[in-house]
Amino acid sequence: MRDFIAFVRSSLGAVMHGSSAYYRWLAFLGVWMLLGCAAAAWQFANGLGVSNLTDQVPWGVYIANFSFLVGLAAASVLVVIPAYVYRDAALYDVSILGELLAVAAMVMSLLFIVVDLGHPELFWHLLPMLGILNFPQSMLAWDVVVINGYLFINAYVVSYLLFSKYCGRVPNKRWYFPVLLLGVVWAVGIHTIPAFLYASLGGRPFWHSAVLAPRFLASAFVSGPSLLIIALTVVRDQMHFPVREEALQRLRQIVGVAAVFNLFLTVSEIFVEIYPGTSHSASMRYILVGLHGHNLLVPYIWTGIALSVFAAVVFLARPLYSRPKLLLVACASAVIGVWIEKGMGLVIPGFIPTSLGEIVEYSPSFIEFCVSAGIWAIGAFLYTLMLKVAVPIELGTLRRPGAPNERIGLDPVRGAA
Amino acid sequence: MSEDHQNDDEREAVVEGVGKAQASRRRFLQVLGAATATAATSQADAAPWEEYFQQHYKRLTDEDKREIFARLEAEVQDKYGVAVHISDPKPIDGVEFAYALNLQACVGCRRCEYACAQENNTSRSPEMHYIRVLQMDKGSLDVERSNTTYEGAVPTAEHYYQPVQCHQCRDAPCVRACPVNATWAEPDGIVVVDYNWCIGCRYCEAACPYFARRFNYEEPTVRPSEINPDQGYLSNRLRPRGVMEKCTYCLHRTRKGLMPACLEACPTGSRKFGNLLDPNSEVRQVIETKRVYILHEDAGTNPRFYYYFG
Repeated sequence: MRDFIAFVRSSLGAVMHGSSAYYRWLAFLGVWMLLGCAAAAWQFANGLGVSNLTDQVPWGVYIANFSFLVGLAAASVLVVIPAYVYRDAALYDVSILGELLAVAAMVMSLLFIVVDLGHPELFWHLLPMLGILNFPQSMLAWDVVVINGYLFINAYVVSYLLFSKYCGRVPNKRWYFPVLLLGVVWAVGIHTIPAFLYASLGGRPFWHSAVLAPRFLASAFVSGPSLLIIALTVVRDQMHFPVREEALQRLRQIVGVAAVFNLFLTVSEIFVEIYPGTSHSASMRYILVGLHGHNLLVPYIWTGIALSVFAAVVFLARPLYSRPKLLLVACASAVIGVWIEKGMGLVIPGFIPTSLGEIVEYSPSFIEFCVSAGIWAIGAFLYTLMLKVAVPIELGTLRRPGAPNERIGLDPVRGAA
Repeated sequence: MSEDHQNDDEREAVVEGVGKAQASRRRFLQVLGAATATAATSQADAAPWEEYFQQHYKRLTDEDKREIFARLEAEVQDKYGVAVHISDPKPIDGVEFAYALNLQACVGCRRCEYACAQENNTSRSPEMHYIRVLQMDKGSLDVERSNTTYEGAVPTAEHYYQPVQCHQCRDAPCVRACPVNATWAEPDGIVVVDYNWCIGCRYCEAACPYFARRFNYEEPTVRPSEINPDQGYLSNRLRPRGVMEKCTYCLHRTRKGLMPACLEACPTGSRKFGNLLDPNSEVRQVIETKRVYILHEDAGTNPRFYYYFG
């Protein structure tokens, strides 16, 4: 218990002190967080009428971000599997950064669900016993379970690992390895259940597709590790955390394969929808070329596809990916490309046209934009603070008073952890 | 059944009594003016907490319901100055409601749509309607080619008309979708919403293949003079902001033996409503003798709403 108090105190100390760039970054995020909170408060006081949502398009940028963020959590499982199952030493060193990214992504996706509710204050209706969780009938109930579960699993594993190392102890496998493996299995759920949320709706042909869950998985395997490559580069350059080049290249290989596979699945979907020209292809036509003169999202989706193709080319061509700056640009393109495709590019066309053939278009309102930006800022803020604690513990510089300042558990092959 | 109803009537009489007593007390307080305004507020202060912790409809006792109905009635009295009566008519044994609509006879006048709004106290601003009347191209059953914003004289030579409302599905995707069981199918087939339990996630709206659900993005408003005071707890009582609502086949009427408001408003007799389990009911006769068409039958929802020709 005394150790834990020391841990909390040291963590607070770590996040309070940093370079001027660190403070500027936090201040920048802070401004967006304040703006987001103000916008969320305004929405809570005035109702979802401040959004541009309608009965025709009842889900918008909030649920779009939610869908993207559950995918971003793949950053965790894609370092955990190589690190712990295939004993990849380079990724093992950075695995905790991937798991923290998943924690931030889960917190953000939960926040995006909360702000989308008409009555967020009635969340207790979802709690088993106290309220009623319609499990296993409702896919949304499944989502509540898998997201909270995945948040808990990742938060537990990183807390345990970091706390042990802080105390100068080698983490005991018995205490974290079973949960870590559960997380690997759980990751399948975290990427497929949100897809089933959409695919299970027989009345929405755009989503009612067996390939949707594989597409969620493939795009998650692009966005998660891509963002992690960016994060690792920043941590290496700004916080002097030794990230081996092999770690970045291994992740680059993963996103390269995933990006191609993701594009392949997208093309398959487009072909099956467009070639036969059934009435069920109306949504796909709306998003790709516009429908009856309505084409608000057409430039948007093509931007996303272009970014994804560009990223895939860079990830696979050695002369391109060997240039570090270009690799980072490709990673950012991949993340934005998936954000477009798995975000509004997936959610909005599902509602256009409606099941009665009406066409009502949607783009987020100013309030929705501010709330969304605010939640992203909260996620980035949280991730930054967690890194500020995790990196020095990993480096061995942040320790309980009296504990030796040496790095712990670097190489799983030699069985240190 | 008769015993149930007797109890129900007695209970409603009591509820009415409580509501009236509360209403008159509140009016008295209002007359006293500003000095007692704080007293009135503190009286109302207890309500938000009661409301916040209110349990799911199916977990409420009769005593709970009495208190809740009285509270809601008092709130309407406070806010609109209108005395309303909230009842909770129960489904009747041996009754399964169904609707049949004659596509050949409907002229697209939208009287059903407006009668529905009046009966069910749906918001006038923003304007909300449960019924959508589609102007369909002759020669096609494809709703994607329909027009819902048509104007001018009806019917036209090139079109026929198809009103769509909640189909009260036997395998309702909305009921399955709801994460908190705030919407369910009653034993008589009517899919209802507990407006105090709905958290407003709108997954049911995404799930519905008939565009039958409506969400209160803004505070619903109805002019006091236009409020229908005969209200069902699970149907047409005034809804709060941020919750879902939908057609309930006017259960506060139909469970008492009346016809739905949309049917009564129809000038062409296109609408038939009744008990599917009664072999002599009109709706049963229609299904047995006419050519029947089910909208989006491929969605597998097995609706209790049939279109027919002739």
